[in-house]
Parts: sequence; C-alpha cells; structure tokens
Amino acid sequence: MSKEKIKINQEFYDIMPLEYRELVEEGTYGKENRGWKDVGESKELIEEHSLCAGCPESIAFRYVLACLPAPEDTIMVGSTGCTSLVFPHVAVHNIHSLFGNQNAVASGLKRALSFRFPDKIKDVVVLAGDGATVDIGLDMTLQSWFRQEKFTTICFDNELYANTGGQSSGLMQKGFVAKMAPAGKKFDKVPLPEIAKSSGCHYVVKMTVSKPNRVEKAIREAILVAREIGPTYIQLYTPCILEIGKQMMEGLQEMRDSEGPNKRFEFEEYVSDEARAYLDTVNPKKKKRKKAIVTK
Amino acid sequence: MATKSLIGTYNKKGQKIVDPDYLFYDAPRERQFMTGSEVVREAIKRANVDVSISYPITPQSEAAAMVGDLWVEGYVGEYFRGENEFAVMSECAGASFGGARVFTTTSGPGTLRAYENFPMWVGSRLPIMLNMMVRGVNSPLSIQPDTLEIGLIIDTGMLIWHAESAQDFFDYLLMGYMVAEEPDVHLPIAICIDGFFVSHTKDDVYIPSADFTLPPYDPYRNPMPVMDMEVPPVRMMRDPFVMKSNYISYATQASWQQETRAACERSRKHTIRLLGGLIEEENTDAEILIVSSGTAVAQGREAVRLLAAEGIKVGIVKIKTIRPFPYEEVRQATKNAKIIFVPEFNVVGWMAREIKASIPDNHRVVEGPHVAGGMTMPPEVIVEEIKKVLAKKKESIHE
Repeated sequence: MSKEKIKINQEFYDIMPLEYRELVEEGTYGKENRGWKDVGESKELIEEHSLCAGCPESIAFRYVLACLPAPEDTIMVGSTGCTSLVFPHVAVHNIHSLFGNQNAVASGLKRALSFRFPDKIKDVVVLAGDGATVDIGLDMTLQSWFRQEKFTTICFDNELYANTGGQSSGLMQKGFVAKMAPAGKKFDKVPLPEIAKSSGCHYVVKMTVSKPNRVEKAIREAILVAREIGPTYIQLYTPCILEIGKQMMEGLQEMRDSEGPNKRFEFEEYVSDEARAYLDTVNPKKKKRKKAIVTK
Repeated sequence: MATKSLIGTYNKKGQKIVDPDYLFYDAPRERQFMTGSEVVREAIKRANVDVSISYPITPQSEAAAMVGDLWVEGYVGEYFRGENEFAVMSECAGASFGGARVFTTTSGPGTLRAYENFPMWVGSRLPIMLNMMVRGVNSPLSIQPDTLEIGLIIDTGMLIWHAESAQDFFDYLLMGYMVAEEPDVHLPIAICIDGFFVSHTKDDVYIPSADFTLPPYDPYRNPMPVMDMEVPPVRMMRDPFVMKSNYISYATQASWQQETRAACERSRKHTIRLLGGLIEEENTDAEILIVSSGTAVAQGREAVRLLAAEGIKVGIVKIKTIRPFPYEEVRQATKNAKIIFVPEFNVVGWMAREIKASIPDNHRVVEGPHVAGGMTMPPEVIVEEIKKVLAKKKESIHE
C-alpha cells in the first residue's frame, strides 16, 4: 500500500477522530529505519491498548508494532487471548478468527497474497500467546514451519493462560502451581525454540522484552528473513504480573531476573547459514557503524 | 464493476473470461461420461480458482488430488495439502481474508473436525466454496454414504446446496461461486453430494469448453475490508466489542448474526435466477408426494415410475437448497398432498424435520424410509414404505 492511500478527505477532516488525523499526519508508514525509538516521537500504530496497567505484554506489543519494517504492507494474524484485546486498536490489517489456528490462517493468507501480488512484498506476522502457539495450536505452528511458510511467528510467552484466569500452559515452568495444575505442573517447559530450530525455522530468538534495542533487531531480522528465506520464530517473555503476584511496577524487574545466565529466558539466538548470508547482505552498513563505535 | 470489464479478456492460463450466464446457458456443451470426482476437476478448471487447499479423506480424496493436478497445469493459482481439516479450513480462511477465490473439499469426520471454522467463515463473510462429499460420521468407523453431516451443518449460517446428480454437481459448483460472491450475500457455500453414489459413479455430464472460464473473484466487492493492506487500515474501534460485557457489545454481536442470516436470505433471488428455483416439482397435484434432496430424490423418481405401473399416482419434489430452505416453495408444492414421504440416507431424518417445520398439517409427513451406515435405498424400499402406509390408512378407515 502506498502511503498516499492514507489520506483524509478534506470534507470529512473535521469530523475524523483526533487519533486518526494524527495517524495520517504523523504515522510511520513508509518510514525508513523504523524502530522502538519512534515510540513517543511519532504516532504509534497501536492506540490505547486495553491490557492491565504495567503489563509487559503492552510494551512488547508497542515495540513489535514500532519495529515492523514495512507496516504499510504488513498483515498480522492473532489468536484468542490477551493479544486479541489489543488487535482491535492496531492500525495495520489484522485477523482474529479462532483460537490456535493462527499459523494455518497465516499460511493461507501468505499464499494468497503471494499469488495476488507477485511483484510486491507483503509481510505476514503471527502474534499469539503461548497457549495458542504451543498448546492448542502446536500442530499448526509446527506444520507451517515444516512447510517452510514464509512468515514470522511471534509468541508472547507469559507461561500461562492469562486471559482465562491463569491456568497452566505448556510453556509454564515445571512445578509451578496454577489453576489446572493444582499439585504443580508435572512436566518441563516445552522447549519450543529448540523445536523451532529442528522444524525448519531459519531465525529463532528467545528473550525478554527488557532491552528494546534487542527486540527491535530480532523483530526486524525475523521479518526480513521470513520474506526471503523461510519461517522464523521469536519467543518473548511477557510475564503476566497479575497471575504471578507482582505489582504493576515490577514487570521489568521480573523480566531482568529471568534473563540472567542459565535462567530460562537467557538470550538465545539461532540463525541458519542461509539466513545469516542474507542478513549480511541487508545489514552491511549497520555492521560497519557498530565496528566504528567499538574502535572509538 | 471490475468483473464486467474483464469479460472477453484472458486469464493467466489463457482461458477466455466469459459472462457467467454465457458459460451456464449459452456456451455449446459436450456430453462426457465421468465420475463425480472428475466433475470437480472439470468445474474447477472453469472456475478461475486462486487457492485450493486439500486434505485426504474418503470419498473426496480423489477430487482434491485432481485439483492439485489443475494447479500443476496452471488452472488453479496456489495449492497445497494441509495438516488436518481444522487447519485446512483455517488456511482457506486465511486465503479468503487475503482476497482469493478459494475451493476445498471434505467428507464426514473431516467436516466435523473442521466444524469450528464454519460459523467463523460466516461471521467473517468469506465466500469460500466447500464441497462436501458426505459419508458416515458414526462409530464404529464407516466410510460409507450417509447424509447425517448435512443436518449437522444446517445452522452454521453457510449456504448449503444439495446436488442430486453429476450434472447438478457440475452446475452448482460454478453457479455457487456466483451466488456466494454477490456483495449482498458474500457467504461461504457448501455444495453437498452423496459420497460414492455421486462421487464414484459415472454419469453423463454436459459441459462447456475449458477454453472458457468464470470471471475472477473481485475481492473489493466485499462487505468487509480485504486483509491485504491495499485499503487504508482503520483502528477498528476505540472500545472493541469483543468479549465486552455491555449492552452495545451484545447488540453488535446480535445484529451481526441477524445480518449474516439476512445475507443468506438475500441469496434466494440470485439462486432462483441461476438454478431456476430452489425446488423442482413433478405431478404435485397427486395426493401422495415424495419430497427430499440428493440421491434420495433420484431413488424417489424410480419409485414413482414403479408405482405408476401399478396405477398409484405419486408426485415428487426435489429440494435443491437446504440453506436458505425453500419454505414457501415447499408449502405451495405440498398443498394438495395427503401424505408426504421423505426418504433419507441418514438415521435422524433432518430433512423431514425441516419439511415438518415448513408446512401446515404436518402430520401428513411420513419420516422415511431411512437407510443409514452405507445401506442403499432401492426404489422398492420406498415403494414398500408407501404401500405399507397406504394399507394402514385403508385399515384405519375400515375400522
């Protein structure tokens, strides 16, 4: 989509809501080098999220939207859960259909868009919770990777079913006591990043959202690799402060506490050779700049 | 709209895009002898389908595989095998959200596995074509013909048409797209046939040349935004009604359900024009009628012939569309009838229920004969049922 398409008819300008006028005038569609630093500087593509105050998922959502390389040609696919409460506020096309079928919907969508727009890049990005990605939707998550579907899967991992009130999920830690695991969860956290690697993903990152620079790099690279090479997966720890008994100011610390050495959200990255070679062709300038900073 | 202007041009495969009415009624047709599965291949070849996704299940596997051949030959834009029917129907949804004309097929347990998708397709106004080659859904496992699954999808909100023969099947597949994609309808459509009886037997089918094809789907004639970022996105709402517990949320949900049902009703006018009516009737001045859909009608016709030879006059009504149901047409066609027999290939008799709910004095309806689990229904079974009921009637008069 050309940014020219997002214009307000002058006749209707005065009756358009303020936030839509701002979106048209200060939105970041088509902007080069979009990133998390645009948050607060320009109009965000996410308006007044409806999550709990202090929810780490809300800042993760804002980073993801701020870091899409081409929001003007990005379609997002969601699933049922807390994320589905935010999608109605998002200014890119997004689909909610059922619980757990997000990677199947995205497969059909990406195929249709590739067929309809052979000369255009249309990014498809799945964003769903851990219940949708790993439990009810695991079959479709994995199958889309086996088939090498060219889209990015982002999992907001809060290690439980937050929206239904904190039930145990497959990504919950072993031993954690929760609803539906009243004697403590009996089995280990499902190692989905490991499974993603062996299932054909070309770019896999597991991390928290405590460091926006890292989140930006991961989101951007995952989407670029998905465009050209094949499926990519990003698992972000977005703790549900409500269900693990934290205060609304404690989300960031919870993430920091969980990403230290040997902790379950220690930063992990996997890049296939093919994806690495491709990223080297799109990132050369950045590399040089980093080196320059180091030599100073 | 854009669709019209494409008539006379050629698609990627080199087929000439023709006016649908020309393809349906005027283009020269050639007689071919083929199975129902082959009918799918021939219809989809002329339907300008963008995306088809398949999953194997008896008896539709053969048809779904042949659509794959069409993709290799360039008649279908994109094709792959999904991982199960639930996923396939979601993949179809994704493709349809993205503005593609979509085709898929399933049967029996596959229909039920996919079930959650159907009301979602309806609510999302996705004009996906689903061919159901119906079969048993019971345990112990049965792969045999049985129409129970049609009764199970009746209230999903989809358009549901039931073909009697291979010829019906060919025509419904093509006409179905034209009705389902009308902007005032824009709903998914299930084209049902009786598994094996139609899918695996050969029949005469008259088909136009494969040099012609339907106009492509124009996704922008859509009551909903196409999810392709070619139209400006809106923040859908400040206070989204999803899962909110307030009056405006309930009212929005309720009115949307009413609207999707109204869209199904609005399909009547398009369907009547293309199919020449939602029912087909013969000798409905008779006091005894057979009313049903699918191959039960074909068997009914044979029973009518056998009974006529014995001097018993029986009329017949064929119901083509299960949704929208031809309430008024059935009421009119049955107004002279004293006894209405509803033969069905399932154990519950959902068609009899539909008819009973449509007509006055519904004690006239005899629910049956029923066969199930793959049993065939020889015309003699229908004849026997009719005679048995008539004999009982006579007895009760003498008493």
